[in-house]
Amino acid sequence: MTQTESNVNQLDFDSNNNNNVNDDVKSYENIKIGLEIHCQLTRLETKLFCGCFSNYRDIQPNGNTCPICLGLPGSLPLLNKKAVEYASMICISLNCNIPEKITFYRKNYFYPDLPKNFQITQYNSYELSSIGFDGLISYYNDKAELDNTGKSKSKAVRIKRIQLEEDPGKIVHEESNSKINNYCLIDYNRAGVALVEIVTEPDFKNATDVRLFLNKITNIFEYLGVSDPNLEGAVRCDVNVSVKGGKKVEIKNVSSFKDVEKSIFYEITRQKTLSMHEISVKSETRHWDEKRKITIPARTKEEEDEYKYFPEPDIPRIVLGSDYKVRIKENMPELPIERLKRYVENHKLSNHISDILVNNKNVSDFYEESVKIYNSPKEISNWIVNELLSKTNELEKDESIGNKSDKNRAFNSQVTPRQIADMAKLVEGKSINRNIAKEIFDKSIRTGESPLKLVENLKVEKIQDSEIIKKYIDEILSNEKHLIEQSNNNPNVANFILGKIMKKTGGRADPQLTLKLIKESIRHS
Amino acid sequence: MGELHKLPGYQVSQKIRNQEIFAEEYISQLFERIDKVDLKINSFISKNYESVLLKAKQIDKKIKNNEKLGSLLGIPIGIKDNISVLGLKTTCASRILQEYVPPYNATVIDRLEKQDAIIIGKLNMDEFGMGTSSEFSHYGPVHNPWNQEYVAGGSSGGSAAAVSSLQVPVSLGSDTGGSIRCPCSFCSVIGIKPTYGLVSRYGLVSYSNSLEQIGPIARTVVDIAMTLNAICGRDSNDNTSASSSASAGIDQQFEYKIDSVDGILGKNYKVGIIDNLIDSSEYQVKETVHKKINLLKEHDFSVHKTKINYSDFALAAYYVIATAEASSNLSRFDNIRYGFNYNPEGYEWNSYSSHVRSNFGEEVKRRILVGSFVLSAGYYGKYYLKAQKIRKIIKNEFNKLFKLFDVLVLPTMPILPFRIGEKVAKPLELYNLDIYTILSNLAGIPAMSIPAGFSKEGLPIGLQLLSNEFNEQVLIDIATFFEHEDKFNEWIPSI
Repeated sequence: MTQTESNVNQLDFDSNNNNNVNDDVKSYENIKIGLEIHCQLTRLETKLFCGCFSNYRDIQPNGNTCPICLGLPGSLPLLNKKAVEYASMICISLNCNIPEKITFYRKNYFYPDLPKNFQITQYNSYELSSIGFDGLISYYNDKAELDNTGKSKSKAVRIKRIQLEEDPGKIVHEESNSKINNYCLIDYNRAGVALVEIVTEPDFKNATDVRLFLNKITNIFEYLGVSDPNLEGAVRCDVNVSVKGGKKVEIKNVSSFKDVEKSIFYEITRQKTLSMHEISVKSETRHWDEKRKITIPARTKEEEDEYKYFPEPDIPRIVLGSDYKVRIKENMPELPIERLKRYVENHKLSNHISDILVNNKNVSDFYEESVKIYNSPKEISNWIVNELLSKTNELEKDESIGNKSDKNRAFNSQVTPRQIADMAKLVEGKSINRNIAKEIFDKSIRTGESPLKLVENLKVEKIQDSEIIKKYIDEILSNEKHLIEQSNNNPNVANFILGKIMKKTGGRADPQLTLKLIKESIRHS
Repeated sequence: MGELHKLPGYQVSQKIRNQEIFAEEYISQLFERIDKVDLKINSFISKNYESVLLKAKQIDKKIKNNEKLGSLLGIPIGIKDNISVLGLKTTCASRILQEYVPPYNATVIDRLEKQDAIIIGKLNMDEFGMGTSSEFSHYGPVHNPWNQEYVAGGSSGGSAAAVSSLQVPVSLGSDTGGSIRCPCSFCSVIGIKPTYGLVSRYGLVSYSNSLEQIGPIARTVVDIAMTLNAICGRDSNDNTSASSSASAGIDQQFEYKIDSVDGILGKNYKVGIIDNLIDSSEYQVKETVHKKINLLKEHDFSVHKTKINYSDFALAAYYVIATAEASSNLSRFDNIRYGFNYNPEGYEWNSYSSHVRSNFGEEVKRRILVGSFVLSAGYYGKYYLKAQKIRKIIKNEFNKLFKLFDVLVLPTMPILPFRIGEKVAKPLELYNLDIYTILSNLAGIPAMSIPAGFSKEGLPIGLQLLSNEFNEQVLIDIATFFEHEDKFNEWIPSI
């Protein structure tokens, strides 16, 4: 199912964007939504069946091709073993079964972007031989998953199958209006890139859940280091929607995750309207019209389900063996759920904070780096979540930065883990107080200078010299002698004096030491 | 002089190596022979004269400079036109590919050139290898050198006829269901279909991937062994090549030797006679094959009668698998990237595609239709899956037989060569002729056809030898024995 030419790269979801659909309890029960997600294994060096680059982007058209990915007569596919490993990692992350033997199948259909007029893919109708099947993944409230309680609000989706297949090429049209086109061009640079198709059961009830799930798995792709979801076209999605009593409708050509949500809203509304007028919803494929934000019927040709599947004779069945899963698992990078567990159990962070960190690999990696420099998980996570991320979010609003990659760039360009580590160190070492620390931090972000240096330059280091503080106290008490008397009756006087000193010192005086000294002075006066 | 074309490849190579003759001189003589003879045979689709002469000169220079020399030094080899040769048209005898020039060499071509063989040109065949007579070619039928009104057999008809008519000493063919052995039988030359996976298929335009193999055709067993040695063995460009599959010895070096007749007799080979298939052959074929069996008996080979069951099912299974794979393989020829100039004005994708694809030949269209049918939804279990089961049964049959015998003997073809045009309109009759040859393709075992004699009309009859997988040496030994006894390498058509 890779005929769609979609470019999904918008991953930033506004979580307050809930529409009314999922609130409608009655329809909630009746709606079934399933997904077919295509994820390019962009981190592979080479394509699935040949030595051409996996990274086809920014190469002149058809410059990244060879006899194999062009499907020239006589060429044979050579399976990229690393691709099988990467796909297995995805299967393991989504708790799928991996069979001991996997088989590739030919899916035969005519389309000009398909060099051989068949796609080498996997197929489970004749035998369970795709790289993964029967998985289950929770996508909301990982805490439940973590505690193994499962009850609470945890939501999960069943994964029907995961298959490894080749991406087709790209058709480049002269004009967007196909009627006036004299020609179209085909670029095979993408043809043969390894693609993992994840097919879910229709377990979603609303678009919000779909969004949460998509966030969750793209995050997993990043953690596994198998794919960069921020690359244009790296992760694409087809959606199946049905309402009670109606047939399944497939929506193709959805070009962003935001549009995935919109297309679901649209389709639910459309199908419910039909039902209301007692028009039956027929099984069909519809295309998402990006401009008008509606779904339109696809040409009937694409509905024909005659792919003449049979096992690919050029790739002998691959025996993975019974310990394959264990071996892959051993060398697999840490998963978000595992990281979450570590943050909660070892770093003693709250679930909430851990969740925020883990939900973006970039942020989580940043945190890890900072902790390596200065080992104070609490303080560092505090700076990242409460200061840095809120600033990034502001920045995002200001400049209406559209997607996650921009967001990451903004995040990264602002500060280094070293800066955060230094901030944590300054605050924990009590050399500056928190308010000043925030100012330093702001300045550090603006200028990129090291907080340690800034502290020195600004001379904002805490005044911990008792003599200096005493001078301030003496000065105040000599000017406002009545304070001494009042202090006998009013316990707040000491704090009042402290406030004055703080003002004078620009907040640099060590508050605890100063208060102690003030109390001593009053008593001795 | 002027008789060099009669020499087998290994002798020519020796003469060139010993500087008795120049490669250039030899090649020039061969060109003369080809130009004279091929008008009557039609075995070449394209000739590589210019670069061949250049290559011959290079070889002469190499010898002069005392450089390292390959095992096939100076041997001109004709290539079936479904094997990709860099820069040479590879048409598969199809109109659809009439202008297609591959930008790469098949592995076998690289390996031949590494041994200093000379790729002399591309040879005629049934379109995409689909046929038993080499009549289904866009370039016209191949004529049998023994009687030009008769078919040369197919699909590697050009490869066998060119060797038989002394145009080349050696050629490569491909064998999906008998395509090497049938024309070898009809043209009275030797040809071997190796074990599946022994020779890389990289660069061979696929007809039925799970069945076919490239193999050499020659007039002497020595040439067969030398050429097979050069092209066989593991290839990283083919996932189905030998030692990458677990059944073969891992990274085993394959090398076939020519033993002395005494040495061969000393091996005490046990010979199985496939009696039921010999019996169902035309009487002249039957008689000839029995003569060969008697020869074996005279030399104290242990000879026993046996039979192969399910051969009728095998034929059905073969055509299901072959056409299924073919229908998929050939779907890429949609005239978008290869093909001929055909104006797309007024067509959309699908109608354009079906229009240009009507330019396949009749037999190819027939097989695409059958293949598409057996793969269509709901029929997979009824046809394709059943065919694969039959395939397993046949394989088990042979496993049992090879516990008892080293080599199995049967006719290559059940009938004599027939007249050109006689069976063109009778596809089922043609399919039935493949019944003896498809068995080894289904089982993946090696099979060889050697000249056995002639009918009273003077038409060649071939003897087929089968052995267990990766046991090509037995076939070479038995062939050497017959060559020594019959001197069939001296049977040459008067053309």
